[in-house]
Amino acid sequence: MELLTPGTGLIIWQLVIFVGLFFLLSKLAWKPIIASLKEREVSIQDALSTAEKARLEIAALKSDNEKLLKAAREERDRILHEAREASNRMKEEAQADAKKAADKIIDEARAAINIEKQAALREVKEQVALFSLEVAEKLLRKSLADDKAQKELVANYVKDIKVN
Amino acid sequence: MFFSVASAQHEHTQEADEYENGEKPQKEEFNASEVIIHHVVDDHSWHFWSGHSGTLFLPVIVYSSERGIEAFSSGNFYDEHHNLKAEGYNGYKLEHHKVVLANGASTLDLSITKNVAMLFINAIVLILVFTAVAKGYKKNTGKAPSGIQSFFEPVILFVRDEIVKPNIGPHYEKYFPYLLNLFFFILFGNILGLLPGASNMTGNIAVTLVLAVLTFIITNVNGNRSYWSHIFWTPGVPLPLRIVILPVEIIGIFTKPISLTVRLFVAITAGHIVILSLIALTFIFQSYSVGIASSLVALFINLIEILVAGIQAYVFTLFSSLYIGQATAVHEHDDHH
Repeated sequence: MELLTPGTGLIIWQLVIFVGLFFLLSKLAWKPIIASLKEREVSIQDALSTAEKARLEIAALKSDNEKLLKAAREERDRILHEAREASNRMKEEAQADAKKAADKIIDEARAAINIEKQAALREVKEQVALFSLEVAEKLLRKSLADDKAQKELVANYVKDIKVN
Repeated sequence: MFFSVASAQHEHTQEADEYENGEKPQKEEFNASEVIIHHVVDDHSWHFWSGHSGTLFLPVIVYSSERGIEAFSSGNFYDEHHNLKAEGYNGYKLEHHKVVLANGASTLDLSITKNVAMLFINAIVLILVFTAVAKGYKKNTGKAPSGIQSFFEPVILFVRDEIVKPNIGPHYEKYFPYLLNLFFFILFGNILGLLPGASNMTGNIAVTLVLAVLTFIITNVNGNRSYWSHIFWTPGVPLPLRIVILPVEIIGIFTKPISLTVRLFVAITAGHIVILSLIALTFIFQSYSVGIASSLVALFINLIEILVAGIQAYVFTLFSSLYIGQATAVHEHDDHH
């Protein structure tokens, strides 16, 4: 039956036309189309992955910032703490120094006073001794002259001593 | 010289073209099967309508060892009443739609028949459409598709992502241009074939045979070791069974292209025959009511045929991809079958 028997001429024509069409369209259409589709898909994929990378980077930056901020805060606290400690220490040291200086001055004053006192006492003693000697001398002289006069003299001298 | 249009009075007008006009046949006896077969097979003239200048006589190109290549209009075979001349032309005769030498020597009929003309039309349409699509890609680099490009892009992506990639695998790109060409050739051929007056090109067994043979060649040329070892020494099967399987597998190589050939040819030709039969009912019953009813049903079948045009293009490409994919699969799977 004619319907079922392939014609030789048509087979040849179909082979030539189909294969020719394949090579022509491959060059003119299929390859450029396939390449463009692929290129576009690659560029979309790239854009998506770039966006994702940027998102991650921003997140990393944010966490970095937070870390930095936290570190800065800690640093500030530490510095403040140290400053406070230092000031306290300095205050205490100053106080201690002042106290020490005051003590020293007091001690020195006390020592000076003692020395002066000793010196004064010694002088007093010397004066007393001198007076005693003078009194004794005068007494001795008066007693040698007049008894009554000697007694008056002694009284006078005693009055003098009292005055002194 | 090649395309001479008939001016002859159309005599054997049983095949009054059902597509173009619903004229009553001039002769009383109406042989429906003859008309239908005439419409689905190849021919040397392209008949559009009855009467003057309704027939395009296509060029005959014929080769014989005796006379070499000769070319002339197929109109020379017909007399002025559009009847085949009994004496033939210039020593050639047209017998059963084949140009033969009158003395009986064998010839190679390379005529531009209706289907060859249709192949050229199909090829030209494909070239025009897809160069325009490719131009769109060049123009819209880095931009969204537009125009005809955006119409065909989903189809191309469908072929790639639903047909080719799943069946062939990651190395699909080598075969993708061929399969795209195959898909659109069949799709456009099927749809063009549905146009009134068009020839039943993708419903011709020679056309589908060539397509199937090309797939067969690509499959077997690219077949890898595991493909051939499955055929000649099926792994994982007891020895006696292997001897039984061997011929089955070898037959299997050839049944694939045969099934491809027959499936497309039958699907398209059957569709044409159904539509023509429905139209023929009108001429058999010669009744308005039958005419209206059969026209409505024919319209419905025509819509289904558009669907079939797409499905057959899909199926042919799908099976081609499947065969190529089976022959070129890289993984070893010798524990089953």
